[in-house]
Amino acid sequence: MPESIVTILDVAIGGLLLGGIYALIAMGMSLQYGVARVLNFSHGEFIMLAAFSTFTLHTVVGINPLLCLVIIGPVIFLIGVLLHRTLFHELSVRAPNVDAYAASSILASFGLLFIIQNLALMGWGADYRAYSYLNFGVNIGGAVFSANKLVILGFSVAIGVGFYTFLARTRIGKGIRAAAQDPQTASLMGVNINRVLALCFGFGAAMAGLAGVLYSMRIPLNPSMGMQYTFIAVIVIVLGGLGSIPGSFIGGFILGIIGEIVSYFDPSLSLAAYYLIFMILLLVRPKGIFGK
Amino acid sequence: MDTARFTSKGFLIPGIIGLVILAGLATLPLYGSLYNVVLVTTILMYAILTVSWVMFSGSSGYLSLATATFFGIGIYISTLLLPNTGALLPLLVVVLIAGLGSSIIALGVGALTLRLRGIYFAVFTFGLVILVLELFNWWEHSVSHIRGRFVMLVDNDIIYFIMLGIFVATVLTYYFLQRSKFGLALRSIGENEEAAAHIGVNVTMVKVITFGISAFFMGAAGAIWATKLTYIDPYVAYSVNYSFLPVLMAIFGGMGQIYGPVIGAVIFAYLQEKFQTEFPYYYMLSFGIILIVAILYLPNGLVGLIQKIAQRLRKGGTGEEYADT
Repeated sequence: MPESIVTILDVAIGGLLLGGIYALIAMGMSLQYGVARVLNFSHGEFIMLAAFSTFTLHTVVGINPLLCLVIIGPVIFLIGVLLHRTLFHELSVRAPNVDAYAASSILASFGLLFIIQNLALMGWGADYRAYSYLNFGVNIGGAVFSANKLVILGFSVAIGVGFYTFLARTRIGKGIRAAAQDPQTASLMGVNINRVLALCFGFGAAMAGLAGVLYSMRIPLNPSMGMQYTFIAVIVIVLGGLGSIPGSFIGGFILGIIGEIVSYFDPSLSLAAYYLIFMILLLVRPKGIFGK
Repeated sequence: MDTARFTSKGFLIPGIIGLVILAGLATLPLYGSLYNVVLVTTILMYAILTVSWVMFSGSSGYLSLATATFFGIGIYISTLLLPNTGALLPLLVVVLIAGLGSSIIALGVGALTLRLRGIYFAVFTFGLVILVLELFNWWEHSVSHIRGRFVMLVDNDIIYFIMLGIFVATVLTYYFLQRSKFGLALRSIGENEEAAAHIGVNVTMVKVITFGISAFFMGAAGAIWATKLTYIDPYVAYSVNYSFLPVLMAIFGGMGQIYGPVIGAVIFAYLQEKFQTEFPYYYMLSFGIILIVAILYLPNGLVGLIQKIAQRLRKGGTGEEYADT
């Protein structure tokens, strides 16, 4: 094949591989914001926490990173549910109106960010950590990708589709969708709203956790890495339409591809490019591409 | 009548206390040690950031996280105009230019974004810090090829006096802004923006101008703060902590009174100077815990709490029913 086509394929597949993680992270944040109404700035810290836990479980205890998905996912889910039951529920009771709750929950999530990040710094230190897993090349149409990236994409898509099916088919999923549309009416119709909100916050945190477990296979870890992913998640959920789960899933892939294209020209500009897109989007179409 | 307001007891006592504190601060280099001068400079810097943050966000209800951007722009203007090879302009002129530079950028950003409501604005301003950080990183990395910059040395007492001057200007501006028609318009936006627009307030203009004024002090403080830093790169100048700390200080101190944010800034800046170098993780950890506790249990900050206690004592200890009035 000609060189340029290989390059385009390279960038496109690279974008999809990156996008899978972004989609997962953004879906989690979208659940927390779209349903539980918490714009969680500590979202990235759950990714970091899960990634470091995987690192320790794999390098010290010798557990397979993929097995960590079923260990760390539920633990972070429980942490998320507990956080909502205590902190965010308490804030929503105290807030006089929705706007006040939005502001106080953002600030509380900043508090969580500092708590989690500094606990991680105490536990793991400020150095970069990495481990190697499934780190061999796979040839796709002339371009070579490491196997772990493909595994990450596979799991991200499976988790995303699985969760979407859960929302669409199950009773709890229906409750969640009802709560997302109108919490008050939903609770009048017999949805246990506090439970649904806590569940959503837990699921959101768990997705960050799963993303962290997966992502730890391909990047070096550092306790201050979380903020960057929080930021990416915020961009994706605005891109996909605030509160829209499929929107954030697709938005993740779009941002991944954009990121790969920019990185192809100048890797140090990709975060800046994300922000520019985000800025233009907020000004031109704040409802997002898929927003109604 | 205006004269009645200025001679009333409510103005006189805080005014005298303020003047006594100011006199104490203005003469500090005469009797204080070098350590204390440097410590108070840091405290003043945070007090400037906190009061100027409250000036806009406290009244309008728009949560701005862009403080680090304006502060960092001030720092970078200093690196350009006051390099360690020799100052291009007098120090005070650079401080003014930094203030104006930040202000102009704030006016631009404000005009673009202050149409955005609530949460979008918070997200946007937070992203702005990262965008500017990344752009400067890229610029230093790919264009200028200068990694790390140095600013000329300035005498600690001079830094102190300029910081004190900016602090006094910030507090006075906040005070008179609050008492003016303009401040009233801003508060009416904070209470109910639609209603404010209906009674004829030009809401966008009021928000943008106040945002610009508050950024002036942030930029000016950054310019003089730069002379205290030994090494400057984008991560130092645009640290997101400069966005978060003023918010925490304001919430902890309480935004109902002008001295609330100042008290919050004094307490946290002091704790930071004491603990950050020795126990950085514990300091930032407790920072997070205090932020959450303050949001949950101190809705009106330390000052609000003290007022509540004072009110209860005045009512003879049975003031439970008055607690929230």
